[in-house]
Amino acid sequence: METIDIASWVVLMLGAIFCVIGGIGLHRLPDFFSRLHGAGITDTLGAGLILFGLMLQAGLTLITVKLVFILAILWLTSPTSTHAIAKAARLAGLEPKLDTSDDASEGAS
Amino acid sequence: MSRLFSLVIILFGTWLLWSGIYQPLTIGFGVGSCLFVAWLASRMGIGDAEGHPVHLIPKLILYIPWLVWAIVKANIDVARRILNPRLPISPRMVKVKGTQRDDLGRVIYANSITLTPGTVTVDLQGDELTVHALTAEAEADLLTGDMDGRVTRLQGTKG
Repeated sequence: METIDIASWVVLMLGAIFCVIGGIGLHRLPDFFSRLHGAGITDTLGAGLILFGLMLQAGLTLITVKLVFILAILWLTSPTSTHAIAKAARLAGLEPKLDTSDDASEGAS
Repeated sequence: MSRLFSLVIILFGTWLLWSGIYQPLTIGFGVGSCLFVAWLASRMGIGDAEGHPVHLIPKLILYIPWLVWAIVKANIDVARRILNPRLPISPRMVKVKGTQRDDLGRVIYANSITLTPGTVTVDLQGDELTVHALTAEAEADLLTGDMDGRVTRLQGTKG
C-alpha cells in the first residue's frame, strides 16, 4: 500500500510538472501553430499522468475503469479539437511563422 | 446484423462498467437504453464499419501501446525544447501521403499525428495531409512513414 501511494504521488507530480511545462510552452513559443504543440503536452502526457496517478490511488475498482474511459475520450477529442482550430486558423488566413534558416528551407518550401 | 449485435454488447458492457448498481430495475433500464441506442444508430446508418469499427479492436490493442510510447517520447522531446533557454525549434509545414484505404484510416492517422506533440495535422484533403512540425526531427520522424505504415496495417491491405 505504501509503495503504491508513493508511486501514485510521483506520477501525479510528474503530470503536474508536464502541465506547467505545457503552460510555459504556451508563453514561450513564437506563434499560434507552435503554441498548439505546447498545449499538446498538457493534453496528452500532463492529463495522462495525472489520470494514471489517480488510477493508482483508486486500485482495481470501477473508478479506475471510469478513469480509463476519461483518458480514452480525452485522447480522442483533444487531437480532433486541435485539428479543428488549426484548420480554422489557416482558413481564416493565419500563416504559420516558419523557420527560414538554411537547413529548413527545403522542408518549408 | 452481427455488427449491430456487437454494438449492443459493447454498449451494455460499457453501461455495466459505468453504472455500478446491479439491481434488476437498473439493469432493465440499461438493457432498454442500449437496445434503443442501437436501434437509433441503425436508423441513422452510423452502425456501419466506419461508425462502429469493432473489427479494428484486436489490432488496436497492439497499436495503442506503440502510440502511447511514441507520445511519451515526443512529449519529453518537446518539453526539453520548451525549457531550453535557447528554444531550439524550427517550425515547418510538410505534406505527407496517407496510404490508408478509407476515411476512417486516414482520420486515425491524422489524429495519431496530432496527438503526438511536435506534429499537428492542419489539413486533410483526400489522401494528403498537411502537417505543422515543430522541429526538423519531428518532420524526419514523420517522413520515415513508420506511423503511416502501422495505421495502414491496422486496417489490413485488402478491402
